[in-house]
Amino acid sequence: MSGFDFLTTRFETALGWGRKFSLFHYPFITACCGMEYMSAACAHFDIDRFGAGLTRFSPRQADLLLVVGTVTHKLAPVLRTVYDQMLEPKWVIAFGACAVSGGIYRNYAVVQGIDRIVPVDVFIPGCPPRPETVLDGLLKLQDKIQGQRQDWRWARKT
Amino acid sequence: MASPTRLERSARPGSMLLNMGPSHPAMHGTMRIMLELDAERIVNAECEIGYLHRGFEKTCENKTWFNLLVYTDRLNYVSPLINNLGYAMTVEKMLGVAVPERAQLIRVLVSELSRVADHLTCLAAMAMESGAFTVFLYLIKAREYLWDVVEFTTGARMTTSYIRIGGVRADLHADWRAALAAAVAETRRVLKDVSGLLDNNSIFVGRTRGVGAISREDALSYGWTGPCLRSTGVPYDVRKARPYLVYDRLSFDVPVGENGDNYDRYAVRMREMEQSLRILEQAAALLPDAPPLPDGPVIEPEEAVCRSRRRRAVERVRLPPNLEGSEKERLPGLATSDGPVTVPAKEDTYTTMEGLIGHFLFFMRGKGIRPPKGDVYFSVEGGNGELGFYIVSDGTDRPYRLHLRAPCLHIVSALEELIKGRLVADVIPTFGSLNMIGGEIDR
Amino acid sequence: MGPEDLIEAVRKRLGPAVEAATDSFGDPVLILRAEAVRPALAALREPPFDFAVLLDLTCVDFAATEGRFELVYHLYSLAGNVRLRLKASVPAADPAAASLAGLWKNAEWLEREVFDMFGVRFEGHPYLRRLLTYEGFEGHPLRKSYPWRLEQPRIPLKEGP
Repeated sequence: MSGFDFLTTRFETALGWGRKFSLFHYPFITACCGMEYMSAACAHFDIDRFGAGLTRFSPRQADLLLVVGTVTHKLAPVLRTVYDQMLEPKWVIAFGACAVSGGIYRNYAVVQGIDRIVPVDVFIPGCPPRPETVLDGLLKLQDKIQGQRQDWRWARKT
Repeated sequence: MASPTRLERSARPGSMLLNMGPSHPAMHGTMRIMLELDAERIVNAECEIGYLHRGFEKTCENKTWFNLLVYTDRLNYVSPLINNLGYAMTVEKMLGVAVPERAQLIRVLVSELSRVADHLTCLAAMAMESGAFTVFLYLIKAREYLWDVVEFTTGARMTTSYIRIGGVRADLHADWRAALAAAVAETRRVLKDVSGLLDNNSIFVGRTRGVGAISREDALSYGWTGPCLRSTGVPYDVRKARPYLVYDRLSFDVPVGENGDNYDRYAVRMREMEQSLRILEQAAALLPDAPPLPDGPVIEPEEAVCRSRRRRAVERVRLPPNLEGSEKERLPGLATSDGPVTVPAKEDTYTTMEGLIGHFLFFMRGKGIRPPKGDVYFSVEGGNGELGFYIVSDGTDRPYRLHLRAPCLHIVSALEELIKGRLVADVIPTFGSLNMIGGEIDR
Repeated sequence: MGPEDLIEAVRKRLGPAVEAATDSFGDPVLILRAEAVRPALAALREPPFDFAVLLDLTCVDFAATEGRFELVYHLYSLAGNVRLRLKASVPAADPAAASLAGLWKNAEWLEREVFDMFGVRFEGHPYLRRLLTYEGFEGHPLRKSYPWRLEQPRIPLKEGP
């Protein structure tokens, strides 16, 4: 490095910066939106450019839960269990109209929006959302992560 | 709360019970497989489905014939256009309408595009779950090219609602020929690559050959159709057995396998995609370019509405971009003219009283499409096999009962038997090769 | 073998099990007596008819108007490339029919689905359990008497990790 060898920042900002670009996501894929999730995650649209390329297939290793598709009453307890298994800090994206509000399925079987089961940070509308919309939603989540108060109890304990 | 399942009741004391799913890394879609294990060997298995039961059939009973088309998109969501086709043709069979030849060719074109995309996705997921991530990336890349053509044509990537009762919604995009040729060439290249990566790959072959094998008799007894049945050597294909559209005029082979194992299911799908690409080329050659729209002054819809208060506008009306391709001049080639079955031309709706009345008569409750009383079954060859609709009409504006014969349900019902006695690792490629699609199996 | 010949041959073979034979939009349809369904379908599975595939099994609710549920079976014969639709009515008050388990392997799941959606019991079914909805679901959603949007109490969520 030439010119300068230090920079000043707030610890919270640095932590938020680190967190927003290292999102390990767990895709909870149930339905049609999974196809667009595949497109977004693959080479063509490449979600990896935004630091969220690492798919973890265990909720215990993930900090971003992508709920992709319709959640029915039968599946609701499963979604809750997966959410509970994730470690803090964690974020949830509701991917697609069905996850957001039940979408076109207003009937006896479908949960009318996953916010009845788990807290949601970003809602991505669309039936299914295009991959560009997905990337936009991800950027919105990153903004949110950067701006929010970081949870760093682990540092205070020492 | 829940009573014990058959597996729990019959399990020997001391054997290990393992639960795969409903949300499992190596499963696309939600399904629960309960396994009774003796070390790594599966003694007994039980599948539970229904995690994506979205009440499709009940919803359809409460929607008009025209409106429920959007729900068919989301059945087999990997090849929505074939679902549209199956539903539209079933209703057409009841109505007894004839579809123009151009629309039939377009239907063949888009449904073959969907079939290739369906097989690509199935193999991509199967390969990824067996550890071949590169193949997944390659195949999804090919699917993107195909979906670009679909988007060019229909305006949407997946949930298109493009094939309507009585025809198709709009004509092909002006540049479709070049786009299709590029997509076909790209898909061929990818298939060649994938074939080189997997055909003799010892890991892939080891996990698929001889695994999940089913006999011809069992496959029939389970009601298998489509590529999975053909992998056992039965050349049953709805396109050949009961030709619909213009399939009897196109030349294509029905690839069959021998052993009915995972590898054969993979190989049959690979070869079927080549045949579908062949069909695409033939259909493209048969399909003439759309005649250019007449020249002359064009006015905006708002202006046409204003002007039509005084006198009928003679100029052509410019349609908004989302209606591109469904101009009045184009409609005769795209939709049937028998009765009020299709959406009337928008230009008339904008400019004339009769057109507006026609529009209302089509969309109003109690009006519109009303097939005669009776019940009908019709099927098309979907990505997974025979996709059939059984519809009961009571002569009103909505179906009395609509039942989907989901090919997937029959195929997955055999999974328990396929994996019994095998190792846990064999579940994954077997499940992948069956191509379980949640929207179709659970409806 | 044309549809008329097929219907004629099947009627001859099944005798009094067949109540009527009709035609619906060009599809041959046979109406069976409910108690004769299993033996009749077992006979159709054998040569000379060879209906090796049970294409589909579903049910239609005519309870409000006619007091019955109609079971609809679709058979397919590879050898003859023919489809046949068979129907049988069961009383809506106590819907029950003989199971086809043992004849076709997919019958088990198909009957579970009909049981789940319509509440038709299948006598002799080895494992009659709900297929698509969950245990604890009250009612049968595809019956016309079930409101389209009636939600069930959700399965209770577990609290805490």
